[in-house]
Amino acid sequence: MSTFDFLKVRRLYIDYDNLDQELLNEVIREEPSFQWCISCGCCTATCSAGNHTTFNIRRISLILRRGEIEGLEEELKKCMLCGKCTLVCPRDIQLRNVVMNIKKIVLKKKTA
Amino acid sequence: MKKIAVIGGGIAGLEVSRLLLQEGLPVTLIEKGSRLGGNLRNYAHLFPDFTPSDEILGNYRFLPSNSDLQLLMNTQIESIDFSTQPYTLHSKDGIAIPADPLIIATGYQVFDAKLKEEFGYGIYDGVITSVELEKMIKQHHIVTPYGKIPRRIAFIHCVGSRDAKVGNSYCSRLCCITAIKQAIETKKLLPETEIFCFYIDLRMYGLTFEELYLNAQKEYNIQFVRGRLSETSEMIDKRLIIKAEDTLIGRPLQMKADMLVLMVGMEASDFSKQFAYHNGLEIGDHGFFQPLNQFNARSKSQKEGIFFAGTSIGPMSVAETIEHARAAALSAISYLKDKEY
Amino acid sequence: MAQNYTEPSKKIYWKDYVKNIPDDDYFFFRSCIRQTFFPGAEQAFLFILKNHLHKNYFDDPRLTTCTGIGYHSDIIPLETLHTLIARHFSIMNESGYSNLIISCVTTFGVMTEVLNTWHEFPETLEKTRKNLLKTTGRTFELPKAIAHASDIIYLYKDEIGKQLVYQLVNKETSEPLKVVDHVGCHYSKIFPHHGIGGAEFPKVLSEIIKAWGGEVIDYPERRHCCGFGFRQYLIKESRGYSLSHAQIKFESMQPYHPDFILTNCPGCNMFMDRWQYVIQETAGKVYSSDGNGIPVLSYEELAALLLGYDPIQIGLFMHQTEVLPLLEKLGIQFDKNEYSKLRAESHHNTKISR
Repeated sequence: MSTFDFLKVRRLYIDYDNLDQELLNEVIREEPSFQWCISCGCCTATCSAGNHTTFNIRRISLILRRGEIEGLEEELKKCMLCGKCTLVCPRDIQLRNVVMNIKKIVLKKKTA
Repeated sequence: MKKIAVIGGGIAGLEVSRLLLQEGLPVTLIEKGSRLGGNLRNYAHLFPDFTPSDEILGNYRFLPSNSDLQLLMNTQIESIDFSTQPYTLHSKDGIAIPADPLIIATGYQVFDAKLKEEFGYGIYDGVITSVELEKMIKQHHIVTPYGKIPRRIAFIHCVGSRDAKVGNSYCSRLCCITAIKQAIETKKLLPETEIFCFYIDLRMYGLTFEELYLNAQKEYNIQFVRGRLSETSEMIDKRLIIKAEDTLIGRPLQMKADMLVLMVGMEASDFSKQFAYHNGLEIGDHGFFQPLNQFNARSKSQKEGIFFAGTSIGPMSVAETIEHARAAALSAISYLKDKEY
Repeated sequence: MAQNYTEPSKKIYWKDYVKNIPDDDYFFFRSCIRQTFFPGAEQAFLFILKNHLHKNYFDDPRLTTCTGIGYHSDIIPLETLHTLIARHFSIMNESGYSNLIISCVTTFGVMTEVLNTWHEFPETLEKTRKNLLKTTGRTFELPKAIAHASDIIYLYKDEIGKQLVYQLVNKETSEPLKVVDHVGCHYSKIFPHHGIGGAEFPKVLSEIIKAWGGEVIDYPERRHCCGFGFRQYLIKESRGYSLSHAQIKFESMQPYHPDFILTNCPGCNMFMDRWQYVIQETAGKVYSSDGNGIPVLSYEELAALLLGYDPIQIGLFMHQTEVLPLLEKLGIQFDKNEYSKLRAESHHNTKISR
């Protein structure tokens, strides 16, 4: 039975009703400014890591909000924590703290 | 005895005065500068239909000759004495003016773009503000500071607006449509020039604004990039390099441009803020005067006998300013009527 | 044509970023890496303090690392960092000094960060006091003033200027030398108010260049990082990122034909110097028309050089990118044979195989 191909087909839509929001909620608790993003992209434009890798700090917030957290930890390793994103953000979001907190929470979950 | 006082000789103050005079009420109109018309004089044409601003200003041409109007030019009001009835305004030069009621039409100022140092205004000559571009449009002559025809111009939306870092977290509302208006006018003057608008959200709130946006794409090939400017730098040939993220593609973007137009937002004027502070008038979170409420008393202040007209309470278009000024005039009239009984 | 650095005539806000720089009685905090790579730089600074500015300073041998490199590479925990910094402060108190002068921009960034953390979260200061007492029996007070060593040179740029033997002028053409300033990221990008000129327009080096007769080049990637990035460099796999960022800067400054690069950070100094060599060896690209690369100096090396110190005495032969063309442009008199011999000795066996 399990060899049928149709069982392997993954739907590509964002499954809003089955989102994994645990990480999101924990990040928001630690750094509420995370919720205020208007996706203007200033952070990504100025990001040193983003200029050489596929790292996109703006998308981190979307990824998390849509529960697409697979591979997130790997992605965050590209961040150099230089804080330029925090400096340019028009909404004064503490992005460096967001990154730190995601790392911390993911680590905590792994060791738990 | 002339008792109604209007502070500010921009279109709000002029419209209030015009209506009150029409009702046979004498008015003292006080302007701190030497010309009437305020900020509107900086604009050549108005969105959304390119009406010449002179046409609007022309409506007030005969106002100064009205014998019921006492016009005080070059007069800066410093304080209000609330202990007298009517209130007394004191100017810097020591003139005392009775005010019952007082209508505050002190307008706005544009954001000082030098505060966003990373955008390069005041540092790189090719970076100008929308007000400076408008002057060039008025003269039908758009050139770079080096006298060349710009081959590529980038309009930067939300400069000093929606920006917690400079303390203006509100949306200035009019810059989006102004950018589109100016982009079209620029394209008309310079058909060969490439034009890009960098925006966060395009707020086309007026009935015909969306049409103008469509027209900008359809007829004028103006390009829209969803991303906010992050930083500007200058190359050896004096052209500018701008960095933003093309957020819809999801990648950082770098672009060379000959000219950068910063769409500076409206903010409460320094005069308004100081005037409010020294006279105990209420200022809202965004630095503008705080009306009694935001629904049916937008022209009333918290204080009896003091009204607001126009952009002294927040960003407004010319049409909205005129309507709001009329509302202020009406409030003043009913206030005077109530007083009679 | 090189572009002049012109001061905009209108009011500019970054001019408001002014800080208090102490004028004497300095407690000197050395850099870890600088003494290995550019051994003459810090000594030159102390010479200048003593012989040219007649200042009192104390160079305490008990000081150790600020742990900055480890901290920024996620090796040193925050609490350890706090305790170590507290120990340094305690030693400073013991020596009777309160004006902390820091040689390294990383250390400067770490110290300002720690002080700000203690200010914002007083409980961390209390905890650090307890930790330090428990581990070393020491107590400590915060420094009265904290400044980077380049701030001191900035403060006394005119006084040093009066004593200069050489100016930043090309001896042959009498033209001012074109200088690229590179200010370390941690000097003012973390706390703009701790840097002269703030984060966008730090003028600590550019004003020095102008005061000594040079011309400052403003180029597109002026504010870009040198590429050090701590773990970007330290982890071999990601070293390419470090190199690529340095390359961005070189590519951007090349059209202006700079005579040299002036830095205020040991890391930047090292990477701007060494990476040019690596790019030359691996990709064959050289960023100066004379084929030597763009020389990289620190502010103290420059000051000492112009004050007439022997290039050998301040260790310029240790630089990987050849400094000789710059010395010749400045018209500096020294023993070229000895210089070349020392340079060959210190750079033997450094060819990179392609």
